[in-house]
Amino acid sequence: MRLKCPLCGDRDRREFYYYGAEDFLNRPEAADPGSAWDDYLHNRDNPAGVTKDLWYHEAGCSQWLLVARNTVTHEISAVELVAERTA
Amino acid sequence: MIVRTRPADCHTNLFMSGARGFGGRGNSMRYSGLRVITEGLFGNKGWTPAWRDPAPKAEYDVVIIGGGGHGLSTAYYLARNHGITNVAVLEKGHLGSGNIGRNTTIVRANYFLPGNSEFYSHSLKLWEGLEAELNYNVMHSQRGLINLFHSDGQRDAFVRRGNAMINQGDDAVLLDQEGVREHLPYLDFEQTRFPIYGGLLHPRGGTARHDAVAWGYARGADRRGVDLIQNCEVTGIDIQGGVVRGVQTTRGAIRAKKVGIIVAGRSSQVAAMAGMRLPVESHVLQAFVTEGLKPVIDHVISFGMGHFYISQSDKGGLVFGGDLDFYASYAARGNLPMVEHVMEAGMTLMPMIGRAKVLRSWGGIMDMTPDGSPVIDKTHVEGLFIDCGWNYGGFKAVPASGWSMAHLMATGESHEVARKFRLERFATGHLLDEEGTGSQHNLH
Ligand SMILES: Cc1cc2nc3c(=O)[nH]c(=O)nc-3n(C[C@H](O)[C@H](O)[C@H](O)COP(=O)(O)OP(=O)(O)OC[C@H]3O[C@@H](n4cnc5c(N)ncnc54)[C@H](O)[C@@H]3O)c2cc1C
Ligand SMILES: [Zn+2]
Repeated sequence: MRLKCPLCGDRDRREFYYYGAEDFLNRPEAADPGSAWDDYLHNRDNPAGVTKDLWYHEAGCSQWLLVARNTVTHEISAVELVAERTA
Repeated sequence: MIVRTRPADCHTNLFMSGARGFGGRGNSMRYSGLRVITEGLFGNKGWTPAWRDPAPKAEYDVVIIGGGGHGLSTAYYLARNHGITNVAVLEKGHLGSGNIGRNTTIVRANYFLPGNSEFYSHSLKLWEGLEAELNYNVMHSQRGLINLFHSDGQRDAFVRRGNAMINQGDDAVLLDQEGVREHLPYLDFEQTRFPIYGGLLHPRGGTARHDAVAWGYARGADRRGVDLIQNCEVTGIDIQGGVVRGVQTTRGAIRAKKVGIIVAGRSSQVAAMAGMRLPVESHVLQAFVTEGLKPVIDHVISFGMGHFYISQSDKGGLVFGGDLDFYASYAARGNLPMVEHVMEAGMTLMPMIGRAKVLRSWGGIMDMTPDGSPVIDKTHVEGLFIDCGWNYGGFKAVPASGWSMAHLMATGESHEVARKFRLERFATGHLLDEEGTGSQHNLH
C-alpha cells in the first residue's frame, strides 16, 4: 500500500501512522452531552467500501492527512491535508 | 477425520440422552474409536453427513445471524441448556468460512480485569470438557502458554497478572530466565534489543483445531434440532413498533421471535440494518504457516515486545502471527510491512526457524472495539440481541460466548460471567481496557 502525500508525493505505507476514522476531527464542545462524546470516541460507521480516515506522515512532512480509501479493495481515491481541509 | 474416544462422563450421558430424541433425523451416528476402525475395514462407506441441509422454514423461535464459532455455539447451548430447539443459524457462506477457520487457535485464560477474568476462566473450563460434550475431537491440546518478559517492570506486571489468574482459580507459574530455558532452550536469550528475563507459564493454555470446533458445535446443534442454513445472507432486519419480527434474506423472509446478531467482522453492517451504529472498527489480522516439520515447538510462545507468537500444529506446520495491519479493512488479506515485521520478530526471538519455508499467509476481519473487550447484550430493539467485538481473541471465547449469549437470549438476563460485556459501558465510561492502551480501535 502506498499513499500519495500532497506535499511529499507517492510514499510507502511504512512512513505513515494510522489513527482512525475521520470522526476524530469532529471533537465535541466541552458542554456537549455525553452521547456526543461517546460518538466521537467510540461509535463508527465502519463502512465496507469508501471511508475517510486519518493518517500521519510520521517519516515525512509530519502532516495529518485525510485519506479517502476503499476498505474492501484498499484502493486510495483522494488524499488531502487536514490543515487545508475546507469541508 | 480422526476421532478420539474419551471415557464416558456425565456430559456424554447428557449428550446421549439428548441425541436419542432426534434419532429420526437420520443423523444419530455416534463417533468412536471402534467406529473409525470398523469404517476403515469396510472402505469408509458407512459415514453419513454430519448435519442436515434444510431449507429455511417460514418462522423460528430464534434466528441466529452468522454461522461462525459464536453463532454455532449459541445455537448449541440454546438447545442444550434451555431446551430451545426451534432455531435457525443463517450463514451467508458456508459454515466456518469466517474467522473461526482463520485463527491461530490459542486457547487461554490469562486475563486480568474483573469482567474478563471470570468469563475466560469459564470458557477454559468448557473447553476442558468439550470433546466429551460434543462427541467430537476438537484436538484441544493444553501444551502450556509462555508469555515472555524483557525488563523488571514487565516482570512486575506479569507477577500481578499471574496473581490475578491464580485468584480467579486458574494456573500461572512465574519462570525466571533459567526456567524459560528449561522449556524453550532454542530461544535467543541474549538478543540485545529484548533480552529474555523470564516468562509467565500458563500450563492449561494451549491450542485446538479451529474448524473442528465449528463442525463439532454444528453437528451438536443439528442433532438437537437446530436448522443450519448456509448460503443465506441476511439483508434486512424487520422491526415493528420497536420489536423484532424477523429477517430478510437472500433465501426469502424468515419470521422470528428473537434474533441474535453474531457476525464478528461484519457486525457494523448487520447492526446498521437495525439502525445501530456500533463502537466497532473492522481491521485485518494476518497469520502464517510453514511447511510441516518434525515436532520442534512444544508450547505456545508469546513474544509481546516483538508482537510475535508461535505454536506448532499437530500436522507439523509452525503457525505464527503478530499485530493487526493497523488500518480499517474488510479485505481478508494484508500488506507487506506487517509480513516483514512478523518475520523479523520471529528471527529475533528464535533464529532456528529461519530455514523453514512459509507455506501460506492469510487475513481475517477483526471486529475491534475501543477498549478491546467484547459485547454480549440486548439492543434498543426488543427481541434483538448482539454478540460482537471479539477483536483478535474470540476463538478461546467460543464456548463461553455461546453459553452466555444463549442464557441472555433465553432468559433476558446477562449471564453472571458476561455481566460486564454491556454495550452501554462505552457511554458510561465503564471500559474494560485489558491492555490499558486507550480509546483507539486498532490499539488493542
Ligand atoms: C489471523 C487470526 C488469528 C486469530 N488468532 C486467535 C487466537 O489465537 N485465539 C483467539 O482466541 N482468537 C483468535 N482470533 C480471533 C477469532 O478468530 C475471532 O474472534 C472469532 O472467530 C470471531 O467469532 P466467530 O467465530 O463467530 O466469527 P466468524 O467465523 O467470522 O463468524 C461470523 C460469520 O457471520 C457470517 N455473516 C456475516 N454477515 C452475515 C450476514 N449478513 N448474513 C449471514 N451471515 C453473515 C460470516 O460469513 C461468518 O461466517 C484470530 C483471528 C484471526 C483472523
Ligand atoms: Zn508528507
